[in-house]
Amino acid sequence: MADPDILIRARGLTKVFGGSVAVDGIDFELRRGEVFGFLGPNGAGKSSTMRMIGCVSPPSAGELTVLGLDPVRDGPAIRARLGVVPQEDTLDVELTVRENLLVYGRYFGLRRDVIAERTARLLDFVQLADRAGDQVEPLSGGMKRRLTIARSLISEPEILLLDEPTTGLDPQARHVVWDRLYRLKQGGVTLVLTTHYMDEAEQLCDRLVVMDRGRIVAQGTPRDLIAAYSSPEVLELRFPVGEQEQAAEKLADVPADRTEVLADRVLLYSADGEATLAEVRRRGLEPATTLVRRGTLEDVFLRLTGRRLED
Amino acid sequence: MPEPGPRRGPAIRQGWRPPQAAAAGPARLRRIQLRIVPAVLLAARRAGLGGQGSARLIERHARVYRRTWGVLVSGVFEPLFYLLSIGVGLGRLVGTVPGPAGRPVGFASFVAPALLATSAMNGAVLDSTYNVFFRLKYAKLYDAALATPMRADEIALGEIGWALIRGGLYGCAFMAVMLAMGLVHSAWATAAIPVALLIGFAFAGAGMAATTFMTSWQHFEYIMLATMPMFLFSTTFYPLGVYPRAIQIVIECTPLYQGIVLLRGLTLGAVGPGLLASVAYLAVMGAAGLHLAGRRISRLLLR
Repeated sequence: MADPDILIRARGLTKVFGGSVAVDGIDFELRRGEVFGFLGPNGAGKSSTMRMIGCVSPPSAGELTVLGLDPVRDGPAIRARLGVVPQEDTLDVELTVRENLLVYGRYFGLRRDVIAERTARLLDFVQLADRAGDQVEPLSGGMKRRLTIARSLISEPEILLLDEPTTGLDPQARHVVWDRLYRLKQGGVTLVLTTHYMDEAEQLCDRLVVMDRGRIVAQGTPRDLIAAYSSPEVLELRFPVGEQEQAAEKLADVPADRTEVLADRVLLYSADGEATLAEVRRRGLEPATTLVRRGTLEDVFLRLTGRRLED
Repeated sequence: MPEPGPRRGPAIRQGWRPPQAAAAGPARLRRIQLRIVPAVLLAARRAGLGGQGSARLIERHARVYRRTWGVLVSGVFEPLFYLLSIGVGLGRLVGTVPGPAGRPVGFASFVAPALLATSAMNGAVLDSTYNVFFRLKYAKLYDAALATPMRADEIALGEIGWALIRGGLYGCAFMAVMLAMGLVHSAWATAAIPVALLIGFAFAGAGMAATTFMTSWQHFEYIMLATMPMFLFSTTFYPLGVYPRAIQIVIECTPLYQGIVLLRGLTLGAVGPGLLASVAYLAVMGAAGLHLAGRRISRLLLR
C-alpha cells in the first residue's frame, strides 16, 4: 500500500495547546531525496509541525506517518533514523566540540570507532576541524549552528529536520550554512526545513508549503508558486513621506496585474516592470526610489495572506 | 575546496548500514554496561524500564566529570570532617551512648553509620536536584537526548543511576575510613554499601521527582529545609530515646531515620527482621520517585 519513496505523510494533522490551535489540519507528503520547506511567519505552526515529525510532540488529531511508522507508538525507532537541528541550540556546553559528536553518537548507540571516523569527516564538512578540541561556549553563533548540523548527521539519518536553520545568524554565517545544506542536498540527503526567510526557501527547497495561522495556504515548487501567485516582475515604488496616498490613487489606472499598497512602498505586479515604470512616469509621478525586481515568495505570501513574512 | 558528493559529504543514502544494524554491536554494548552500570540498573532494564539509554547518559556524565574530578573527590571529605570533629572530637567528652537495644556503644561508632546515611542522602539530593534542574531548564540536555532514540524514563533512570554511582564511591571511601578507625563491629557491615545505595536511590528518586515541579532556583531552599533538619534530628548524634514519644513518631517517619537505623544496625551488628521494613520504605520511596520523574519529564518535554 505504501509508496516507499514517501517518507512522511500527514493527513489532517492537528496540534492544539490548551485552547489554541497551533496546527490546523494540514496535509503534506515528503518524498525521498527532496528538500521540503515550511515557509511562514513566526507562529504559523511550523515548529509545532516539526516537533510532531520529530516524535517529541504527540499529534492532537489527524494522521501522521514517518518512515512508515507511527510517531506516538514508535517514537524511539523513528528518532533513530532522523537527524534534528532544533531552532534553539542544544549543544552540550560541558563538552568539547568533538565530544559533542561522540556523546550524541553514543545516545544513538553507535560504536566509538564508527563515531570517530564520522566525526573527522563531519567536522571537516562543517569547517570546524580546527576547533575539535575546543569548548562549545566560545564558538560563534554560526559555528554552533554548523556543529549542530554535524551532530545531527552523526547517525547518518534518512531524513534531516532543520527548524529555522539560519535564524539569528548574521548574513555571512547564513551563507556558510546555506552552502553546507546545499551540499547535503547535492549528496541526495532528504531535508525538511522551516523558515521565515523567503530567500532561504527559494534557494534550498525543491518543494514547499506556505503556512499561515496553522494552515497550509499554498504548496508547490518555488517557481510554480511565484508563477501562480505573483508576476514575473515587480515594480517597487517609494514616495516621499506623506505623498504615498495621493500617488497610490493616481496609480490606480496604471496597467498592472495587481497593486499592493504597503506602509512604506507601493508594489506593482506586471510582466514587464520597466514598461510599467514608464507608465507611472507618464502620469507625472516621480517616486523617490524605484526598483524593478523579479517576483519572489515574499510576494506569494503577501498575495495569499495580505501580510508580510518577516514582520 | 573539495567537490561535494556522496563520497566526500556525509552521504546519507549510500555506503552505510541502516541505523539499526549500526546500533547493534550488542556484545560490546553489554561489556560497557557491565563495566559501568550497577546491577540495579540491569535489573530495571530486564523489568522493561530501558537501560541502554540510561547507560549512555551515565557515560556522558562520567566524561564530563573526568575533567572536573576534583568536584567529585571533594564530596568524600564532608562526612569525614563531621566524623573527625563530632564523632571523634566531641566523642572524647561524651564517652558512650545507648546503641540499638540499649547496649552502650562508643560515640564515634554510633555517629559514623548515621554520617554514612547522611552523605548518601546529601550526595543523591545534590545530583538529582541542582544538577538535574540545570540540565532540564538551562543546558537543554534532555531536549537534545530526546531527539535521539533515548526515552524519558531512560533519562530518569540514568540520572538516578549516576547519582548512585557517585554516592557509591563516597560510601566506599567512608566505609574504608570507618574500618581503619575500628568503627565497624559486625560482618553485617558488608551490606552497608548496598544499603547506602538504597538510601541514595530513595532520595535521588524523590529529589528528581520534586525537581520536575520546580520553576526557579529559590525552590531549592525547600530542599534544604527538608534535608538539613533531617540531618540534625534523625538520631544522627543521639538516640531516639531523648525525645518525647510524640516527636519520636515524627522522627520515625522520616526516610533518613530509616536509613540510619538500617546502617547502624548493620555496622553495630544489631540485625533483626524489623530492618526489612526500613528496606521496603526506602525501596518504595525510590521506585515511586523514579516513576514520577520519568512521567514528569515526558510531560514537560514531550508536549
